[in-house]
Amino acid sequence: MSRPLLTVEHLTMRFGGLTAINDVSFEAQAGHITAVIGPNGAGKTTVFNCLTGFYKPTVGRLTLTRPGSDQSFLLERLDDFRITKTAGVARTFQNIRLFTGMSVLENLMVAQHNRLMRASGYSLLGLAGWPSFRKAEAEAVEKARFWLNRTGLIARADEPAGSLPYGDQRRLEIARAMCTDPALLCLDEPAAGLNPRESAELNALLLMIRNDYGVGLLLIEHDMSVVMEISDHIVVLDYGRKIAEGTPAQIKANPDVIRAYLGEDDEAEGAVA
Amino acid sequence: MDTAYLIQQLINGLTLGAVYALVAIGYTMVYGIIGMINFAHGEVYMVGAFLSLIGIIVMGLIGVTWVPLALLIVLILAMAITALYGWAIERIAYRPLRGSFRLAPLISAIGVSIFLQNYVQLAQGARPKPIAPVIRGGFELLTSEGGFAVTLSYLQIFIVVLTIALMIGFTYLITQTPLGRAQRACEQDRTMASLIGVDVDRTIAMTFVMGAALAAVAGMMVTLYYGVIDFYIGFLAGVKAFTAAVLGGIGSLPGAVLGGLLIGLIEALWSAYFSVEYKDVAVFAILVLVLIFRPSGLLGRPEIEKV
Repeated sequence: MSRPLLTVEHLTMRFGGLTAINDVSFEAQAGHITAVIGPNGAGKTTVFNCLTGFYKPTVGRLTLTRPGSDQSFLLERLDDFRITKTAGVARTFQNIRLFTGMSVLENLMVAQHNRLMRASGYSLLGLAGWPSFRKAEAEAVEKARFWLNRTGLIARADEPAGSLPYGDQRRLEIARAMCTDPALLCLDEPAAGLNPRESAELNALLLMIRNDYGVGLLLIEHDMSVVMEISDHIVVLDYGRKIAEGTPAQIKANPDVIRAYLGEDDEAEGAVA
Repeated sequence: MDTAYLIQQLINGLTLGAVYALVAIGYTMVYGIIGMINFAHGEVYMVGAFLSLIGIIVMGLIGVTWVPLALLIVLILAMAITALYGWAIERIAYRPLRGSFRLAPLISAIGVSIFLQNYVQLAQGARPKPIAPVIRGGFELLTSEGGFAVTLSYLQIFIVVLTIALMIGFTYLITQTPLGRAQRACEQDRTMASLIGVDVDRTIAMTFVMGAALAAVAGMMVTLYYGVIDFYIGFLAGVKAFTAAVLGGIGSLPGAVLGGLLIGLIEALWSAYFSVEYKDVAVFAILVLVLIFRPSGLLGRPEIEKV
């Protein structure tokens, strides 16, 4: 079997005296949806922040191997923008971070920055309307339109991204992440604030990304209907430690997980579970 | 005071305004992307003026006598070398302070400004440097009954046409090319820009490079227009261009152009109808008024707190 897409080994992150993540190891496979779940404050977002270069881990190794190549990247050693550019990790945020003043289409174009920069000779040839730049630009628009179609945003392509309704902004953020050609897509609570219909659409979108593109998805989510329905693999964190790992069925039946979510099984609380 | 006189002043004002606009763009772009006022920008313009002066003299010495070719070579060289200055200033004086408190890069900018002034003073001498007119002649548009002739010199046409051409190219660069998109993205959310793979450091460096190149063009125009420069011209021109950027709305590119033209016109008209001595007072009074009554400028957007 080939190497996993993402290997997290002994990841530990301390902030002064606080240990946000303590010796967490797991793997994420290409073409799989790996969910990271846990109660509030369990350290899920901190894992993402380590993966995407916001934090430099105190201890641990984060290895990303792009499928189809034997090249591995140690994420903790890459400059922040290279994590996306060369290693192919894309991410979305719990509180959406679009370029609100730019149009929907431009948000997707800027995500294809590096390819366009090369094709346009760092914009110098682009300024002269060089053919290779025009071609690359047309392809980029094509790709952006494809994702706008997939996310149902095509009619709003020229509106400022900030004017979209909440659910559309969420999908746009995913579309933008996909436009960077990621190998690993990290989604931080993509279903937060979505109504049941939007959340079902989101599931379909994520499954499509997994099935059609072979992208590995890493998902932080509180909405268990999303997690249990689409995840291939679940990692459970509690107080910065990994307490369980397995398929949705295994996790549902795991007593440690139930205890973490519903509290210690000492008094009447346990009966609820 | 007849119409002919007024028209002449408008022509002069627009020419001057074009120069201010080119410098103002440098202020406004840098402010837009890293939120700091690059007070060394006026000195960058001054360096551009000196490079143009040197370039023109060298062209004369090596015998490039066809004026358009000579000017083109000088323009490209001045832009390239000044751009290098812009890049180096950002790299040495601002980038290491980017994570620091807000005033740090500002103080650093003032330091760079003092450094460049003294460096040019040492290297080129403190005396004003004159240059023989390169572009002579012009049209006589009309003559009033009083015998006042409105002239539009070839040099003025050259300045305005070059400015318009640069503005068009520049607008295209900002709106249509990947670099421009990356700049606008960095302007809104630098962290997010780096997360979609944009090299933020390089994008900021390119902003300084572009601003410096435009300032070099302005420097060359002033060298040709006034025919005399010294190491201190950057200060006043810099503050005026800054006024232009604030008047137009700092952070807004069309605002910088509009502000530049307005400041040029105000200065020309004030000199013509009131007093030449107080033209700078008029310009800076506008800076004060804008800051008090409309801090976001004519075309600027009001500051919105990021959540």
